[in-house]
Amino acid sequence: MLNETAFDLRKYLRRNSASVTVWVALGALILFGLMRYDNFGSAYNFSSFLNYNAMFIAIALGMCFVIMTGGIDLSVGSVAAFTSVVAAYLSPHGIQVALPGAILAGVGFGAINAFCIILLRIPPFIATLATMLAAKGGALVISGAQTISVDWGSNFTKLGMGQAFGLFPWAIVIVAGLALVLWLVLEKTTIGRTVLAIGGSEDASNLMGLKVNRAKAFVYLLSGGCAGLAGLILASGFGAGQPLEGIGWELSAIASVVVGGTLLTGGMGSIPATVAGALLLGLVFNVLNFENGQGTISFSAYWQMVIRGGFLFAVILLQSRVIAKQQKVIGS
Amino acid sequence: MERTMKLPKRVASMPLRFHGGIVALVVLLVFNALFTPNFLQLQTLFVNISQVATIAIVAMGMTLVIATGGIDLSVGAVMALAGALAPLIFLSDLGAANPALGVALAIILPLLVAGLCGVFNGVMVAVLNVQPIIATLILFISGRGIAQVLTNGNLQTFSNPSFSYLGTGKILGLPFQGWLALVIACVLFWVITRTTWGRYLLAIGGNERAAFLSGGPVRRVKIGAYVICAVLSGFAGLIVVAINSASDAARNGNLMELDAIAAAVVGGALLQGGRAPIFGAILGAVIIQLVKYTLLANGVEDEVALIAKAAIIILAVWMQQLRRT
Repeated sequence: MLNETAFDLRKYLRRNSASVTVWVALGALILFGLMRYDNFGSAYNFSSFLNYNAMFIAIALGMCFVIMTGGIDLSVGSVAAFTSVVAAYLSPHGIQVALPGAILAGVGFGAINAFCIILLRIPPFIATLATMLAAKGGALVISGAQTISVDWGSNFTKLGMGQAFGLFPWAIVIVAGLALVLWLVLEKTTIGRTVLAIGGSEDASNLMGLKVNRAKAFVYLLSGGCAGLAGLILASGFGAGQPLEGIGWELSAIASVVVGGTLLTGGMGSIPATVAGALLLGLVFNVLNFENGQGTISFSAYWQMVIRGGFLFAVILLQSRVIAKQQKVIGS
Repeated sequence: MERTMKLPKRVASMPLRFHGGIVALVVLLVFNALFTPNFLQLQTLFVNISQVATIAIVAMGMTLVIATGGIDLSVGAVMALAGALAPLIFLSDLGAANPALGVALAIILPLLVAGLCGVFNGVMVAVLNVQPIIATLILFISGRGIAQVLTNGNLQTFSNPSFSYLGTGKILGLPFQGWLALVIACVLFWVITRTTWGRYLLAIGGNERAAFLSGGPVRRVKIGAYVICAVLSGFAGLIVVAINSASDAARNGNLMELDAIAAAVVGGALLQGGRAPIFGAILGAVIIQLVKYTLLANGVEDEVALIAKAAIIILAVWMQQLRRT
């Protein structure tokens, strides 16, 4: 027999290899940035980095729940664009109206997804691809294909530009609260465990009498609501509702979720690791921007899409080996 | 003997399968004949054929991929990539010095690159066992990004009659790309019904594990399907560039994956795999194109048309699900 404690540690690391890796990578990249760039650790960079990535974290959180059920939500980017326009229109009434309004608009699209997937039995990627199209069209229709400027007089822009207690951007406070709540939902509530069970095996969950449809409806509504929140943060942080934003956001979200160790086949996932995954992807762009500033590389906006794809590719390569190992274990 | 027994049955079952699609086509034609001004003109036919060809070509590739139980979201991005490469090649110094060589290379090299994209998708799906949606999502985003990096996001305009023949040429009075789509359809139909590769393609979609256990070259056939789909998308990208005499990496093939999936599904492809109705894909493409044209000709805004298209896709897949259960 091997030494018990050493064996346990190794087992723990192996089982959580993906989430451990993402934290280590995050730490390493921060260290790299701190050593290489003068202003990397500045309060300004810290707060603008968190502010910009708050919306991506929000979307990734919703996506994490969807992927844990074995589904996918490709509509998040367009829905966020749609709700950013909604939020911009509601901005004169202040944040107390715009916040619920934007989230409700997002939940509305989530409801369409849930309806198509659960009741019409349409595969999630087709249903959400169609919603992506509808939300994009809807955003262009209600905005007249124009950027909609927000009302700067009300308290609306405080959410995206103001600081809570003079320390953190409000957006990140809200998203951190959301992450905490969702973490508890996943770990401590029936619906959270049902979500994981569905991803493990939907048939088995059904036969066990779990409320599968309710949990599936929950994840798509949640994902829509998270996209709605992201749209609100977008409008509030940039001072405009942007109907053409959101391209490729679903890819960022999926990459963040996957790099956090959530299996694309469902049944396994972690909220903190998803947040870390979103931060890691954001940090990659942050570091590249600093490199760009130093003139070592020339980094046009178009590279962003290439890098997002490359990042997801690298993550999937790593994960496919994990899945292959697991399947071998199950097969034997 | 076995083959001759099977084939007539397949052909016989086809009209039933096309039923809904043909009804939709007739309804669209009658509606347009009655309400759309100038619909029954030769010019309308030309415009529609030259536009439907690209959808049909991509939809046929998509049908092959769907037949294996997969999906390819990267078709639009591959179109943009191939379309961005072509003008870069024949506008380069080499292409300007040897026009004939330049045009030949401007067709061959983009198709090769498109084929490589297909290899990438196919290897991800067949060898690394990544879900097709995720595997092709990578190129869906970064493929267009690469195209924009290559062109710096600029619109490339050109005047090159021999290259533009791809999109504006006419044979027997009808657009060249319409004939091209027809030829591709005939070749693919032959491949699916008459070659072992085609039989394996359908077998994999029907039951991948059974196909593998009975010694079928599952990986090779699957990669092949993705490569064919990508090369056909590359072709479509070249045609779009040739029609416009300009290459815009941001717009070429944008949302084509939806058109192609919708056309394949309307044409009778099962998302679970196991069925590859090539001529159905053409029928589906014609329906999608007619819907687009109907909305456009009757003054419906582009943005509203997007929503209508989303509804059509949901409706088509839903009806398919109903038929199965």
